[in-house]
Amino acid sequence: MGRAKAKSKWSNLLCVIVGLFLLAYAVVIVYPLLWMVMSSMKSYNEIYRNVWALPSEWLVSNYVTAWNVGISDYFLNSFLVTGATIVLVLLVGSLAAYGLSQYKSRLIDVLLIVTMGGMMISPQVTLIPLYVLLNEIGVHNTRWALILPYVAFRLPLAILLMRSYFLGVPKELEESARIDGCSPLEVYWRIFVPIGKPIMLTTAMLTAYYAWNEFLFAIIFIDSNKFKTIPSGLMNFRDALRTDWGVLLAGMVIASVPMIILLISLQKHLLRGMSEGAVKG
Amino acid sequence: MVRFKKRYNLAPYLFILPALLMLAVFIYYPIIQNFIYSFFRFSAFSPTKTFVGLDNFKNLLEDSVVRTGLVNNVRYAVISVIFQVFGGLVVAAILEDKLLRRVAPLLRVIYFMPVVISISVICFLFTFVYHPTVGLLNKFLELIGLKSLAKPWLGLPNTAPFAVIAVSQWQSIGYIMLLFVVAIQKIPQELMEAAEIDGAGRFRRFFSVTLPQVKETLFVTTLITVTGAFLVFNEPYILTRGGGPGTSSITLAVHMYLSGFFRDNMGYASTIAIVIFLITGVLGVLQATLFRTGKDE
Repeated sequence: MGRAKAKSKWSNLLCVIVGLFLLAYAVVIVYPLLWMVMSSMKSYNEIYRNVWALPSEWLVSNYVTAWNVGISDYFLNSFLVTGATIVLVLLVGSLAAYGLSQYKSRLIDVLLIVTMGGMMISPQVTLIPLYVLLNEIGVHNTRWALILPYVAFRLPLAILLMRSYFLGVPKELEESARIDGCSPLEVYWRIFVPIGKPIMLTTAMLTAYYAWNEFLFAIIFIDSNKFKTIPSGLMNFRDALRTDWGVLLAGMVIASVPMIILLISLQKHLLRGMSEGAVKG
Repeated sequence: MVRFKKRYNLAPYLFILPALLMLAVFIYYPIIQNFIYSFFRFSAFSPTKTFVGLDNFKNLLEDSVVRTGLVNNVRYAVISVIFQVFGGLVVAAILEDKLLRRVAPLLRVIYFMPVVISISVICFLFTFVYHPTVGLLNKFLELIGLKSLAKPWLGLPNTAPFAVIAVSQWQSIGYIMLLFVVAIQKIPQELMEAAEIDGAGRFRRFFSVTLPQVKETLFVTTLITVTGAFLVFNEPYILTRGGGPGTSSITLAVHMYLSGFFRDNMGYASTIAIVIFLITGVLGVLQATLFRTGKDE
């Protein structure tokens, strides 16, 4: 009895410690983010004089300035690059996933290994030759300089996810469609695309997350400011603003909003995609 | 059935062709080129390449910055495994405890939030955190009476590498935690209940039920964390403007970038890329084989 009591005392203490730890960890994550939002509405002088204080006057104008100074262009570019990457990854990827899941032969097995092998090669390692290649084919410093490599590097994972999903589609569906006279392309379009919508949404989220945040290619394959996406554009933005911290912070908040919204609204799909495609950018 | 297969013989390859072309042109061709480039000296801005044999590889062995980079990559790997893999596992196990059922969903989203924020935003945010005079960290130390500990975290060669590594931990623990949460949720309920009926306490249940059940996730997360550690580029590039002060916080990827695009020695940069390729390639093959064994079980 005494022992059980002592034990429960210990476990109460442990609960308190664990609770404090979870709280502290949450504060360490949330506080800097809230600080970013709060300070984005302060002036430079106010940030410099007192980092903790709330703004004496909430300068929403910092957001207008940030948007006009350049964030709007970066936003547009990020949207275009991310959108095109998603469309191409879904289209090219689902076609390949269909071919790789519905047919069997020695060659298909080899092609499957070749496709999946793409995952072993990290973007960093292809950086120098890709730079040369993109220059040679004349797309360097255009949005295609990002879209094409993004699509290529996202394809293996997208195909992996969609293929395993397609493997679960009942054979009878496909066979009956073929007996009805559907061509393979029609089977793909009428059966696999509709059935595959959930996995395609997951893949789209995963691709959006990657393309929106990709940094290495974005700073190297695009030189002119007007084609830069948010991650690389922010670098220019910072250098141009020098000490205009409030505006810089406002720009940072604007840049983060779409992904936070995506996380909160489509949490299930994003998280599922990230856990199934356990590969670090 | 046979008739169908014959008739549609070419179809599968046509479906796969576009993807194959993309991979061939933008992944496989560059990786082969990279090996060829490592035998040349050339500039990003001119088409002429000079064959230099094994010179780049000789330079690589004598390059002290490569060693500094490797040391930092290894530091990255060790610290990330401790904080992200073990830390992530512990946090996930706590969050999946019955007692926390109410708050766990909220905490999960909070801990995961930094993962979806762009790396440039996070690095800029931490330049404010680490700022020598008005930074949140130094101001906080001042507030709790530890002003003597305040220092220009990113400006000193002995703190810069760790300050940079800390930012990555801040961002990524949530990601690994999520992978463990998913793995723990897949553990059959009966196992936990049986252990509980047998009188196993929380620690006991963690070590004898949770840990063996998430073994595979543990392998995979360790591998992706270590692989990621040898590819690190963004954080030192932004936070310490290319691995400074001096080369104290440089990583292999940053050294490669600077060699190619700053010192305009693209051949040498390709040679550094080979080092990264070899290290991450071994880890990638390991991961692939582990994944496969996982699927078959």
